[in-house]
Amino acid sequence: MTTTSGHSAGTAAWAAPVPARLRPGDLAALASIGLRTRKLRAGLSALGIAIGVAAIVAVLGLAASSSAALLAEIQALGTNLLTVTNGQTLTGTTAELPAAAPGMIARLPGVTSVQDTGTVSGVDVYKSPYIPSGETNALSVDAATVGLPAAAGTSLAQGRYLNAATEREPVAVLGAAAARRLGIDRIRPGMRIWARGQWFYLTGILNPDTYAPQIDSAVLIGFPAAEKYLNFDGNPSEIYVRTVNTPAVTTRVDSLLGYQANPENPNQVDVSRPSDALMAQADAKGALDTLFLGLGAVALLVGAIGVANIMVISVLERRSEIGLRRALGATRGQIRAQFLAEAILLSLAGGAAGVILGTAATAAYARGHRELLVIPPQAWAGGLAAAIIIGALAGLLPAIRAARLSPTQALWTV
Amino acid sequence: MTAAQAAGDLGGRPAGTVPVLELENVSKVYPGQPPVRALDRVSLAVTAGELAAVAGPSGSGKSTLLHLMGTLDQPTAGTVRITGLDVARMTDRELAGLRAARIGFVFQQFFLGEHQSVLGNVADGLLYAGIRRGQRRRLAADALGRVGLRHRAAARPTQLSGGERQRVAIARAIAGRPPVVLADEPTGNLDSATGTAILALLEELNAAGTTVIIITHDHAVAARTRRRIEMLDGHIITDTAAGTGTAVGGGFRHVQEGT
Repeated sequence: MTTTSGHSAGTAAWAAPVPARLRPGDLAALASIGLRTRKLRAGLSALGIAIGVAAIVAVLGLAASSSAALLAEIQALGTNLLTVTNGQTLTGTTAELPAAAPGMIARLPGVTSVQDTGTVSGVDVYKSPYIPSGETNALSVDAATVGLPAAAGTSLAQGRYLNAATEREPVAVLGAAAARRLGIDRIRPGMRIWARGQWFYLTGILNPDTYAPQIDSAVLIGFPAAEKYLNFDGNPSEIYVRTVNTPAVTTRVDSLLGYQANPENPNQVDVSRPSDALMAQADAKGALDTLFLGLGAVALLVGAIGVANIMVISVLERRSEIGLRRALGATRGQIRAQFLAEAILLSLAGGAAGVILGTAATAAYARGHRELLVIPPQAWAGGLAAAIIIGALAGLLPAIRAARLSPTQALWTV
Repeated sequence: MTAAQAAGDLGGRPAGTVPVLELENVSKVYPGQPPVRALDRVSLAVTAGELAAVAGPSGSGKSTLLHLMGTLDQPTAGTVRITGLDVARMTDRELAGLRAARIGFVFQQFFLGEHQSVLGNVADGLLYAGIRRGQRRRLAADALGRVGLRHRAAARPTQLSGGERQRVAIARAIAGRPPVVLADEPTGNLDSATGTAILALLEELNAAGTTVIIITHDHAVAARTRRRIEMLDGHIITDTAAGTGTAVGGGFRHVQEGT
């Protein structure tokens, strides 16, 4: 206890009192008075902050959920796929991969599977000979090896793939988009398509290929059949290489592929790793994200003004309460703390509601798209922190005004 | 200092002749055109254990006197001492601490919070005295017992009659056992029978040792107290503490010294 010196010496025994501190629990109870007594008003004034935080949490949550889904898909498909495509010559014409390239690549240590496709140029596919020749549906006809789906990251949606027997016969398998464009959704026995005066029997339809979308729009035929029926030259145009599933091995094979595929002109070969492009896509932010984050920020600003406004009104209405508390021994600081804490609590309640709302929206979207629900910690923690800061800023001025009220003004003016 | 310690001070406080409340040549001027001189060089001493009434018509300065005695406002000139402490030398925080520990207020409008129970309202009287919640509620229940309202502890203020509400307000004022209780028109909103009961309660409190000062415009109320201080136009015109019950200081002025 500090004793203020210089008090009249005649009256001893009374020392100057020191104001007590408010305990955190007491301050919290004081802060909640406004919310408890005026629930509707509190709810409406916290709405702006709730909407702002919900928008921010949902935007970040949706982005994180879809990128998590993409990463999960990449993980499932493996990151050990490398593709080799024919590049261009120095003069700008399309280079050809040597026919021996797949065999050469297969000799590299660490390579577990080599499959390839070859584009059969100048061949269009129709559902029947009566279709006008102009309606090609932009489909390509590719020769393909029998192990292609597993290596390229796809699988059979229906029927069967080419095998050692059918790759020699006029038999075709459709990519997912090719089947759709031809209007074929189901493989039935005897179903066939028409290409260069020849029927090809359909045995299967592939699932969409995340890594190699070019396969989706292709009609796949075995290499021997393509050479026999469609005058195909047998040169591969795209080679799918799977390595041992170790990043270091994949990287090493990656660096050797160009020389191994075309030792004479390694620079005429394009080597790429499809998983890299998808990972970059997973990290990329959508253009709409920025827009919605901006809208969320605007909602937060409007919410802050709403909280400030409601606190100013609250201070005006509760003058007599302020005066009473001053008479009961509240310091200016304690009055200021009460109203500041009330603004923060109000804003925090809005922020918490916003986090719940934004999470629910993300969960609904993720469920609809069969994605994992991922809310980044910085989204909800940031939302709550923003709410606290906004409450503090919005409540500061009203709280200072409340503390400045003189007890007599507060008590005896209505 | 906690209110509990303040309550303990009750027994050990200075003897009855020492003023708990002293005003020396106190003036209060409210700025304006023209300035209003609400109090003009008023001197007054209230000793521990007294029961005094300050009476006067509205505008006589009695409310201003209450503000100054309650440290809710500062005088323009002169010295106010509460329990021997010069108010002018204290910071706002120290004054708040002084009010929390040593002054109980009772108002005409009760000022009870509708958001909490009677017990909670009374316990709020100790909120700023640094006492834990459990102890506050125990002291509040005790104070409610002293005003005869222990059975209404769980009720809301709106469920009470006017007289009961004022009893709750009194319980809030005395929960920390302050040496001084200032009552501003405590019967102003009550019918005469209820008002009389409230006055009887304040007398009981006084009999138990608390200094009680009642501000009133009702002379019937003032007539009940041992000491009557009558005010008019910012001056004390009668103070029965002089023993005679007649006007002091030449009829219209209280003793003026050192001006």
